[in-house]
Amino acid sequence: MALSRRDLLRTAAAVPLSTLAMPALLRSARGETPILVGSLHDQSGPIAASGTPMVESLKLGIAEVNAAGGLLGRPLQLVHYDTQSNIQMYSQYAQQLAVRDKVAVVHGGITSASREAIRPTFNRFRVLYFYNVLYEGGVCDRNTFCTGTTPAQTVEKLVPYAMTKGAKPAKKVYIIAADYNYGQITAKWMQKYVKDQGGETVAVDFFPLDVTNFGPTISKIQSVKPDLLLSALVGGNHTAFYRQWTSAGMKDQIPIASTTFGLVNEPTTLNAAESDGILGAYGYFEELTTPASTAYVAKLKKQSPGIPYISELAAGTYEGFYLWVEGVKKAGSIDRMAVTEALETGLSFDGPTGKVTVDHATHHVTRNAYLAAVKDRKWAVRETYPDAKPQDTAAVCNLIKNPRDNKQYEISI
Amino acid sequence: MDLSLIIALDVVNGASSLFLLCLGLAIIFGMMKIINLAHGEFVMLGAYATVISANAGLNIWIAMLVVAPLSVGLVGLVIERCLIRFLYGRLVDSMLATWGLSLCLIGLVTTIFGNTINGVPTPLGGFQLGAYRSSWYTIFLLAMAVLMMALVYGVLRFTRFGLVARAVMLNPGMAATLGVNPAKVYMATFGIGAAVTGLAGGLLAPVSGITPVMGTAFVAKCFITVVGGGAAIISGTLSAAGLFGFVNQLGAFLTTPVYGEVILFLSAILLIRLLPQGISGRFFKGTL
Repeated sequence: MALSRRDLLRTAAAVPLSTLAMPALLRSARGETPILVGSLHDQSGPIAASGTPMVESLKLGIAEVNAAGGLLGRPLQLVHYDTQSNIQMYSQYAQQLAVRDKVAVVHGGITSASREAIRPTFNRFRVLYFYNVLYEGGVCDRNTFCTGTTPAQTVEKLVPYAMTKGAKPAKKVYIIAADYNYGQITAKWMQKYVKDQGGETVAVDFFPLDVTNFGPTISKIQSVKPDLLLSALVGGNHTAFYRQWTSAGMKDQIPIASTTFGLVNEPTTLNAAESDGILGAYGYFEELTTPASTAYVAKLKKQSPGIPYISELAAGTYEGFYLWVEGVKKAGSIDRMAVTEALETGLSFDGPTGKVTVDHATHHVTRNAYLAAVKDRKWAVRETYPDAKPQDTAAVCNLIKNPRDNKQYEISI
Repeated sequence: MDLSLIIALDVVNGASSLFLLCLGLAIIFGMMKIINLAHGEFVMLGAYATVISANAGLNIWIAMLVVAPLSVGLVGLVIERCLIRFLYGRLVDSMLATWGLSLCLIGLVTTIFGNTINGVPTPLGGFQLGAYRSSWYTIFLLAMAVLMMALVYGVLRFTRFGLVARAVMLNPGMAATLGVNPAKVYMATFGIGAAVTGLAGGLLAPVSGITPVMGTAFVAKCFITVVGGGAAIISGTLSAAGLFGFVNQLGAFLTTPVYGEVILFLSAILLIRLLPQGISGRFFKGTL
């Protein structure tokens, strides 16, 4: 058969068109119109390793709810856009989710910058929004639920532990952090907790995300001789720090505690000599051995065998999704205000991390925090802090008193 | 005293890694006037080649010094035959095409190896210098930079291939009338440029976090260095890498890493303003 250029073009055009028509077909097949769940996560670009397990978690949750007969008798359907680690894509797809797809809820945003790019859009178009990532705290917005941990839930536990439980008690602390709002604000919290513990912060250094050579910093740290190094370095380029630190032989000289190490797959990338003993505190670790956690990890690995490390981000997304499901069940509707009010009654969900409860005043959650140390390229969980409250945000935000409040407070320390 | 020695070491380290990173680009850009925006991805491919062969059980030194340059050199040859050879003399088109190539390579590597951080441990370990510690690998990088410089100089200056290559770059028409096939020389030069870049990727693999997008962190700095260096491949790149490496590392030590980068870019702007032809356009005229 001779295939002319026109034929080829016509066939090529027909394929995407028929795929576009798929949701309509699906709809008539199921009998009920599905409830659309929006998702904005990076699946490509520098942040993809974090985004991929989050989307898999959402898919898992949706599959589970659908297998159990759907929500309010209707199936759930995921509308996911790959935001490509690009803030512009976030703004664009947020509009699309709100205006064209008219989704019932959106789960998404990874970096704080991406969250602040899309939060106003969902406010304007009145679409309920869940941000399921650990972050610097302070968002106060009745349309938004933040289900990740904030510094009061993790950094507050990490700093005293690292300062007191090391080989020798630490007095002088050196802070290194990524140079954007997360790193800047987290570094402030670190300084506060170091001071509360009676220690002294000798220096704070920020690094743009594309810094790869840490030689001068390592020399500088050596010249100051701190007892403890606190790190909020972010991303693939910054992993080089731990490598260069070890190759200079500093690994066993000064201990490291980090609020970001292990959120991607640092422990499996670095070898044991480079990462053993590094401390971290998060809302979840894949290595957690509670039955709920092992079941969740097994299900995710079955669904997606090559999945990157399942961190707090993935578990938080799963729990954020289920909190929304609980809200819809209680409200008996997917209406934004009805679901919000249902959630505000203090709904909770028993997820892989333990019990997660919505806090009315802040729209954050009370959840367990865990502290772990790297051992043989895996996290070994050392401490559990049950029911950690988002006290940092609670200090500045009260949505019971001011339901119309809508901003991110920079918590002054 | 120890501190100044250790800082000197940092500066030398910054300059030598910058030199290694830029040499391949200088060969491709300096000799062929092809703006290779996929340069960073060649570095990334070299790093991946090292990590994958080292993690598969190959000796790390062979992975770095043999596998990385050979595999990236081969990739370079294929790319030259399929893409670059249509673009000689078309500066803007070559930018667009190699930018597309860079996106394509990032996508390809992400699809195959995933979007997670990879790496190999740094060999050699550290040494003590008074109250300070540094790593032997820093010294090794310096040695490699010196070796590469000598090698490229030797090839260009003393071999027949170097002579022919320089002749083709100066005047391809005249070289062709003397019986040289410029297309073949271009192909070989591009392949060598890619291989040198791959070697840099391999050498930096043990001190970097390796992701499909790691190349973007290098490409801007490399271009600034090559443009700042001017037309002469070795003396230009060496002087610019030395200057920018010095400014960046010292700036980072004395202020913060943020200002280290700012100072680097500011000094590059100043340099281009004062010496539009690059350092070698003014000071090392007629050298290699």
